[in-house]
Amino acid sequence: MTILEDAEILLVEDNPNDVELTLRALQKNNLASKVYVVKDGAEALDFIFATGPFAHRKVENLPKVILLDLKLPKVDGIEVLKRVKNDDRTKHTPVVMLTSSQEQRDVLETYSLGVNSYIVKPVEFGNFVRAVSELGVYWGLLNKLPY
Amino acid sequence: MTDPEAVDILLVEDNPNDAELTQRALKKANLEARLTIARDGAEALDYLLSDRPKPKVIFLDLKLPKIDGIEVLRRARGDQRTRSIPIVVLTSSHEERDISECYKLGVNSYVVKPVEFDKFYKAVADLATYWLVLNKSLL
Repeated sequence: MTILEDAEILLVEDNPNDVELTLRALQKNNLASKVYVVKDGAEALDFIFATGPFAHRKVENLPKVILLDLKLPKVDGIEVLKRVKNDDRTKHTPVVMLTSSQEQRDVLETYSLGVNSYIVKPVEFGNFVRAVSELGVYWGLLNKLPY
Repeated sequence: MTDPEAVDILLVEDNPNDAELTQRALKKANLEARLTIARDGAEALDYLLSDRPKPKVIFLDLKLPKIDGIEVLRRARGDQRTRSIPIVVLTSSHEERDISECYKLGVNSYVVKPVEFDKFYKAVADLATYWLVLNKSLL
């Protein structure tokens, strides 16, 4: 029996509109049911490391990919990225920044912390849906994991 | 403004058929991708550590003459100049050991080459679209 929190895609996103659009886009390739959504960095860390309200999870049930916004309440995306990439249990999980920031400084910092990929959220709706759909297919189906 | 000297993809592939198919797949997908091919690991490292333009992404086979893909990955990740270039291992190996080792060394992504011709074409097109169009690189 699958526990809901054993998701293939962890979406870390505080904007409910972006959440809605992302889920719709992933649904085009039947991936929406495999997504778990958390709305801030603290919740993301609790989920990934199976602490707090997610203590019943097992850390080793890793998602196939973490889609991570940069600007998040409580704990920001950079901090979540750092924690994931610095822990032996989670560092091989692909992390894809999915953010509106195009700042070179943000791109640079995330690459130096070992982010797998950096995607700038398209502003235009159609492009956003297309981008997320491609993201889902790439990390959900094409990319091969060590676990 | 596009730099005419810029390189989009460094393809590290010793098999001429696979290299040919990759080039054709990119053309077919209408991706104006500027491709440089290295036929073995030594050539790949020479290229990467020279003054020549850094690629936006490296598609790296594992089984290569002279210096193998794992070693190329290790050295590319160990050098400041190439540490942040996205590297996608594109190989026929689905050995647990190879996949594990690549992730340990910091590969961005690992893709197993489809055996079927049509699927290979599609995978290459998807890969190139993802890493050249969708992904934001440092370049």
